[in-house]
Amino acid sequence: MPSIYVDHAATTPLSPAALKAITAQLQELGNPSSLHTHGRATRKALEDAREAIALQVSCLPSEVIFTASGTEANNIALKGLWWNGKAHGKKVVVISAVEHHAILDPAHWLETHEGAEVIQVPVDVHGVIDLDFLKDVIMKRADEIAVISIMHSNNETGVIQPIQEVVAMAGKIPVHTDAVQSFKKVPLSYKDLGVTALTLSAHKVGGPLGIGALILRRAYEIPALLHGGGQEREIRSGTLNAPSIVAFSAAATEKYPSAEVQNLRDNFIKAVHQAIPDAYVNGEASQRLPGIVNVTFPGTQSDTLLLLLDNAHVSASTGSACSAGVHEASHVLLAMGHTEATAQSSLRFSFGAASTQADVDFVMSVLPDVISTGRAAHLK
Amino acid sequence: MKLIAAMSGGVDSAVAAARAVEAGHEVIGVHLALAANPQKYRSGARGCCTIEDSHDARRAADVIGIPFYIWDMAEEFHDGVVEDFLAEYSAGRTPNPCLRCNEKIKFAAVLDRARAMGYDGVVTGHYARTEIGPHGKTLHRAVDHSKDQSYVLSVLTIEQINGAIFPLGDTTKVDIRAEAERRGLAVAQKPDSHDICFVPSGDNAGWLRDRLGSEVGPIVDQDGNKIGEHKGAYTYTIGQRKGLGLTVPTADGSPRFVLKIEPVSNTVVVGAREDLAISTMRGERPVWCGPAVTSEHKRGFVQVRAHGAALPCTYFFDGTLLVATIDEPLLGLATGQAMVIYDGDRVVGSATICETQ
Repeated sequence: MPSIYVDHAATTPLSPAALKAITAQLQELGNPSSLHTHGRATRKALEDAREAIALQVSCLPSEVIFTASGTEANNIALKGLWWNGKAHGKKVVVISAVEHHAILDPAHWLETHEGAEVIQVPVDVHGVIDLDFLKDVIMKRADEIAVISIMHSNNETGVIQPIQEVVAMAGKIPVHTDAVQSFKKVPLSYKDLGVTALTLSAHKVGGPLGIGALILRRAYEIPALLHGGGQEREIRSGTLNAPSIVAFSAAATEKYPSAEVQNLRDNFIKAVHQAIPDAYVNGEASQRLPGIVNVTFPGTQSDTLLLLLDNAHVSASTGSACSAGVHEASHVLLAMGHTEATAQSSLRFSFGAASTQADVDFVMSVLPDVISTGRAAHLK
Repeated sequence: MKLIAAMSGGVDSAVAAARAVEAGHEVIGVHLALAANPQKYRSGARGCCTIEDSHDARRAADVIGIPFYIWDMAEEFHDGVVEDFLAEYSAGRTPNPCLRCNEKIKFAAVLDRARAMGYDGVVTGHYARTEIGPHGKTLHRAVDHSKDQSYVLSVLTIEQINGAIFPLGDTTKVDIRAEAERRGLAVAQKPDSHDICFVPSGDNAGWLRDRLGSEVGPIVDQDGNKIGEHKGAYTYTIGQRKGLGLTVPTADGSPRFVLKIEPVSNTVVVGAREDLAISTMRGERPVWCGPAVTSEHKRGFVQVRAHGAALPCTYFFDGTLLVATIDEPLLGLATGQAMVIYDGDRVVGSATICETQ
């Protein structure tokens, strides 16, 4: 029975190199913080991994802080940078309207629990942030802004944001970017971007679940969320997860076939336009990640489509958050001008390193029927 | 058949889904998200609307080995069940929301969507049976009369019954729990739900007061003399005796009962016990679960409450209303309740009580 996976933006298969690395390291004894032979051996493997990852994003090894997830890295960055600013009377958090919940929700928490003021930068119909709006906010309120956090690329649409321009406008204001979806898919250089902090996650690039990293400028001090053994510059205490870190590194140093993935995506888009003429791709005119495509199928309901696709052995998603298992209308699509109804008739298909033309062909062999059945069910 | 199992997160719907799979059907589990802002945890005796319940449903589906999805029916539920509940109370009637939910959600919105998606029917954990007989598929009481839910299913049309599968009708609740245990379903000992699922506190009167206000009005006797005051007429039920707070005693000291609720004048009428007695009831919007009831007077049973007794009666259809005359008078019958006619164990049909005398 076929089983087609087109949800690589949610998570993507563990790469063989990562599997080998984690399996080997799980059999090694030693806490990387221990000073004896066993500890040093684990530390060696871990620091090799740190250097390899640093090389991939053009940062210093000492700028890599390992965390348990991208969400954790985002929380450390946003809250830490905000608390730093607050100490100097700066209480404004600037984020985009299309951030992942791992930025939206900590920002909201800072607002409700810590007295922050959150300003959301809107996006245009193509999903790109409004730089004029941002410029205006910075011009008027630069002295009050503690942190700016704008994602490098969007997890639902794949639309890439102009981070270098943001950094240029920000001046001395610290900028964080959530680069979880961009890492390995498009060129990503911490040094060239000039951001203060940047978030990575292993499982989006073929590494294991449960390991991420915050890239934070050398010697930049921010308050910790977790206190304990003082690991990772005292910003992230907790015994380092050496097996996952070496696997993260193994995955991160593999080549990602961007051109091939983009080719598959483009073939898919072409086929969708042909088979379902009124379907449209969100952010189609924008610069996007190679593997993500978000399509609106007018007159349908995404949860029905997902059920029918699942039944037809295709795993796709909406890419948006669930509330009690119910898909919310995507805040990303709403920000791009969608209505609740059209936002709720959209699906995300995401391709990965292991995707093939046969996957695209299979999806297209079932999608037209799924859409017409979905439309009939929606009419009821 | 290709079936959708509606899974609330309770033991009954879990076993029903498992039995449908075992019977050779192709089954997918669906949990209906009915609350717009669900609570995280179960509280009291409600059993379907919290995140914890949807987790229980998912876990059961995984153990059974069927796909599982959540369908958002919050809007349909609000419009069809909650609004109806409020409208009925504000009109001085006593509605049954479970019945409305079966009529408008489980065997309408869900069944319609299921059919449009290529499924043949909906499996639920209701305690009721269906039989194929000379009149096609008919609805019957469960063998476990103490758990029988045919009353709240009596609003289903023949077409809806044709799309309904009730795998538990031949088994007692005790045996269902034991079976759930055997099947490794963690919900085996989960308490039964019996409160109204959308009233989180279980305090119906308070919930109604919050939504309909608590306009003070008179409590009067049958001659129209004011003998007390109430705080919102709809928080009273016909036949209620306690909590009336009356200060004027009756001449002989006998208790008074709520006889009537008049929403327009916001008045509660009370009177003696014998004035509660009714022998004939009429119901509007009849639904036949089999051959239509005609003007011919027939003998059967009528049930007026979810777990009430089956009362011997004579019934007929006058062209507009379903009429039933019971052999022994009944004390206290609220309009808005369903009157369900049975021929033995078979559900003949039902209607919403609009008149009693």
